[in-house]
Amino acid sequence: METCKNTKFTSINQVRYGCALGAFHSVSAIPGAMPIAHCGPGCVDKQYMSLSFYNGFQGGGYSGGAVIPSSNLQENDVVFGGAKRLQELIEASLKILKADLFVVLNGCIGELVGDDTGAVVDSFQKQGIPIVNAETGGFKGNNFIGHEIVVKAIIEQFVDKYAQPHEQKQKGLINVWSELPFQNTFWRGDLAELKRVLEGAGFAVNILFGNTANGVEEWKSIPKAQFNLVVSPWLGLSIAQYLEEKYDQPYLHIPVLPIGADQTADFLHKVVDFAGIDKQKVDQFIVAEEKKYYYYLEHFTDFYAEYWWGLPSSYAVVGDSAYNLAINKFLVKQLGLIPAIQIITDNPPEKYRQAIIEEYKNLDTDVSTDVTFLEDGYEINTILEKVNYGHRPPIIFGTTWERDTSKKLGGSIVEVGFPASYEVVLDRTYIGYRGALSLLEKIFTTVISKSA
Amino acid sequence: MKKIDLTMPEVEVRETRLGSITSFQGSAGELVKCSGHGRIQGKKRTFSQCIDCSISKAACMVTLIQDAAVICHGPVGCASCLHEFAFTYRVNAPLRNVAHPTQRRIFSTNIGEEETVYGGGDKLAETIRDVYKRTQAKAIFVLSTCAAAIIGDDIESVTNELESELGIPIIAIFCEGFRSKVWTSGFDAGYHGIARKLIKPAKTHKQDVINVINFWGSDVFTQWFAAFGVKPNYITPYSTVESLSHSSEAAATIQACPTLGSYLGAALEQEFGVPEIKTPPPYGVLQTDRWFRELGRILGKSEIAEQIIAEKKATYLPQLEKIRARLEGKLAYVTAGAAHGHALLSVLRELGLKAVGAAIFHHDPIYDSNTQKADALAQTVRDYGDIPNYNVCDKQEFELVNMLHHLQPDVLLARHGGMTLWGAKFGIPSLLIGDEHFSMGYEGLIRYGKRLIEVIENDEFVKNLAKHTANPYTNWWLEQEPYTFLKGKK
Repeated sequence: METCKNTKFTSINQVRYGCALGAFHSVSAIPGAMPIAHCGPGCVDKQYMSLSFYNGFQGGGYSGGAVIPSSNLQENDVVFGGAKRLQELIEASLKILKADLFVVLNGCIGELVGDDTGAVVDSFQKQGIPIVNAETGGFKGNNFIGHEIVVKAIIEQFVDKYAQPHEQKQKGLINVWSELPFQNTFWRGDLAELKRVLEGAGFAVNILFGNTANGVEEWKSIPKAQFNLVVSPWLGLSIAQYLEEKYDQPYLHIPVLPIGADQTADFLHKVVDFAGIDKQKVDQFIVAEEKKYYYYLEHFTDFYAEYWWGLPSSYAVVGDSAYNLAINKFLVKQLGLIPAIQIITDNPPEKYRQAIIEEYKNLDTDVSTDVTFLEDGYEINTILEKVNYGHRPPIIFGTTWERDTSKKLGGSIVEVGFPASYEVVLDRTYIGYRGALSLLEKIFTTVISKSA
Repeated sequence: MKKIDLTMPEVEVRETRLGSITSFQGSAGELVKCSGHGRIQGKKRTFSQCIDCSISKAACMVTLIQDAAVICHGPVGCASCLHEFAFTYRVNAPLRNVAHPTQRRIFSTNIGEEETVYGGGDKLAETIRDVYKRTQAKAIFVLSTCAAAIIGDDIESVTNELESELGIPIIAIFCEGFRSKVWTSGFDAGYHGIARKLIKPAKTHKQDVINVINFWGSDVFTQWFAAFGVKPNYITPYSTVESLSHSSEAAATIQACPTLGSYLGAALEQEFGVPEIKTPPPYGVLQTDRWFRELGRILGKSEIAEQIIAEKKATYLPQLEKIRARLEGKLAYVTAGAAHGHALLSVLRELGLKAVGAAIFHHDPIYDSNTQKADALAQTVRDYGDIPNYNVCDKQEFELVNMLHHLQPDVLLARHGGMTLWGAKFGIPSLLIGDEHFSMGYEGLIRYGKRLIEVIENDEFVKNLAKHTANPYTNWWLEQEPYTFLKGKK
C-alpha cells in the first residue's frame, strides 16, 4: 500500500501543521485508544502544545497531552538503540493505563537509529494484546501524512485481526474519512454534525474519531460497511483506496465539506444516490432541517440587509485544503462574496493538486478563483498584502499568523485553522446546517465588533 | 573541562555540569542534605510520560528578543509549537510596556527524508540567507534538533560561514532533546550562545543598571530599583540584540528564577565581571528582607534597603495577617520547575498554608555560581521547615495523579501547563500563575494570597467536573506507591 508524500520540503516561516508524529492525535481522537510514543523528550509535548493547546485550546482529554507514555530517548539510546526501553515502556503502560487499543508511534530518533519497534510490538501482539506499530518519523512528512500512516497501521494490525464478520456488507453503514483531528480546530463539532446529518438521511455511520464515535468497536466494523465516504479534497483518499482493495468496499469521494442548507442537501443526495438507500428519509430530514435553518436566516436578514456601515465584499482564505475549499463554496454560493486569493497550506501530495485546482475553477456557475499552494507564512502574507480587494477592506479566513496582515489591510479576520490561538473551541462546528449558522454568527460578530 | 567556556560551541548539559537529577523520593530536608554531600544519584523510571525538551527552552529565550530571528534546524515538528511564544510575546507585552508587539520571526528548515540521507547543511545555509533577506534581523539564532544531530550536520561551521557572509551574529545553539532529561539545559544552551556571540566585553560599568534574568513577568523591578537610583536591564524576553550586547556593563545581575538564569548569571560574573546577587529571589517575608539587604549591600546603599523594608512591612504586614487568617492550615501541593517551585513553597507557607508535598521537575544540587548560598530549597526548609513527600518528578503525570489521589490537598499550585488539569479532575482548585514576579516581595504575598483565596472559594467548576470525569489510570496503579516505577541506578 502506498504512503502519501508531501509535495515539497522547503524551509518554512510560521509553521501551519505538525510533523508525522503529531498524528498521535488521531489515536487520542479514537475513544479508548492510547498512543505510546517512542521518541525524544519534547516531541509529544511540542505536538500537544501546538495542535491541541494553542490551537483552539482543545485540550488533551483521556489519552492526550501529559497522559501519553513516551520513551523520552536519551543519548545512550541514540548510541545503543532504544528498543529495550520501548519494551519496558509498553509493559508498564499495560499496567498503568486503561485502553482498548495501544498505538506505538516511532519518531525521528527511533527511525534514524533503526530501532525495530515493529519487532517489539509484534511480541505483544502475539500475546493477544491490542497494540499497533506505526512508523511516523517526523522527517517523513507532516501530520496529514502521519495520519494516513497511523490509520493504515491500525487497520492492518488491529482491525483486520479483530474485525466483525464482513462477508455480508451492511447496507447503509458507511465509514467516514474527513477532517484531520485536532489539526482542524473545529473537527469535533464538525464530525458530530457530519454524523448527525448522515444519520438523519438514514445511514448508520462509523465516524471513527471524536466523542460521537464508538471507539474500537466501531473500528472493528469498518470492513462490513457498505462503502467508504471521503469528505475532503485529498486526505483519506488513499485510505479508501486501500480499503477498496482490502475489503472490496467501494468508495465515494466528495471533495467539498458541505456548509449551509443547499450544500448539505446536495451532499446528502449524492451519498444517498451512491448508496441506493430509500430516499424518503433524506427528503424528510432535509425539509425538517431547512425549516429550522431558514427560520434563523430570515431573522438574520434584518441585520444583513440593513446594516449600513458596510460588510466586506471580498475575502481570502488561508488554510488546509478541506476547510479552504468548503468555506470558498459557502462564501461564494451563499453569501455572494468575491474571492480574492485562496492559499492552501496543508502541502497536499502532488497527485491531488490538479483536481483541487479544478474545484476552484468552478466555485459557482460564473465564479472561479486563483488558488495557490504555499506553506511559508512570509510568502503567504506578502501575497495577501498585494492582492487587490476592491474598494472595501477584505475579510480573511486564516490563522493567528494572518492577524498582523489583516490589521494592516484594515480588514477582519476569522481564525479557521492551525494555529488558532485566539479561539476557544469546544463543540463549535462550521459545517452542515448548524455549522453554517455558527459560521455566519462568527463572521458577522467579527465584522460588527471592529468598532467596539 | 571548565563549566563555563565561551570558546566552545556547546555547553555541557546539567546532568554532567551540575549533577542535576530528575527523580527523587523523600523529604525536602533529606534532599538538601544529600545535595550538600557529594553527587546524588537519580533513579531511572521504567515508565515515563512525555516531558519537555531543551529546544523549547532555548527557543523561548531567543524568540522573545525583539529584533532577532530564530531558525529551528530540523523536521517541521520541532518548530510547530513555537507559535506559543509568538502568542506569549503578545499576551505579555502590556506587562512590559511594549505597545506594539511585532510578529515573532520563527522558521523551520523543515528537513525531510532527503536531508536525512544527504545532510541538511546546504538547506540551513540557504534558509539563513533567506531569513536575513526577509527580516533584516539583528541576529539569527539556529536551534539544533535531534534529527540534525543524528545525521551529523555541522551547524557550527555553517553558522560561522554565514556570519562572515552576512555580517550579523549567526548563533548556533546546541539544544538537541536527547542530550538531556533536564530540559532547563536548553536555557543554558540559549544563554551560552548569547554569551559567546552577542555580549561584548564592557568598556565601562554603569552603576545605575542591573541585569534581571527572567521570563516574561510583569515589570516589578523598575519601581523597586528606582529607590536605589538604578533601572533593570531585562534578559532576554523583550530585550534587543543591542541591549543584550551591553549586559556586561551592568552593576550586578539578579535572578528572577535561578533555575532559568543559573548559567548566564555565572557567565556574566566569571567572564564579564558583573557580580551576581546569589541569594535566592524575594519570595516570602524573610527572603524578601534578605534580598533587599543584599541588593543594598552590592549597590552600597544599605540604608535605602532598610528604609524600603521598614516602609513596606508597615504597609503590607497587617494585610498579610488578615490573609493568613483565611488561609491558615489549608493543605497545598506544589508542582513546578525547581527554583520557582521552591519559591511557591516559601510563599504558600508564609501565607499560612501547609505544604503536604511537591512534584518538582528536577533538582540542581548546586547552581553555576557554585555556592550553597543560592540554594532556594535549603532556604525554604530553613525558613519554614521541612516538606514531606518532596518528589523530584519531571512532569510525570502518573506519579502526580497517584500523589494527589493519596494526599487530597485543598489546593494545587502549579507553574507549568499540563499539570493543573488533574487538580481539576480530582475536584481540587488549582492555581497557575504564569507571571513569575506576581508573588515576589511583600506586596506579591498579598496579591498571591488574594488570588489563592479566590481560587479556593471558587471551586464550583472543579467540584462539578470531578463528578463527571474519566480517569485513564488503572485502580491498580492508584493503589500503588507513587514511586513504584523508579528503579535502580540512573
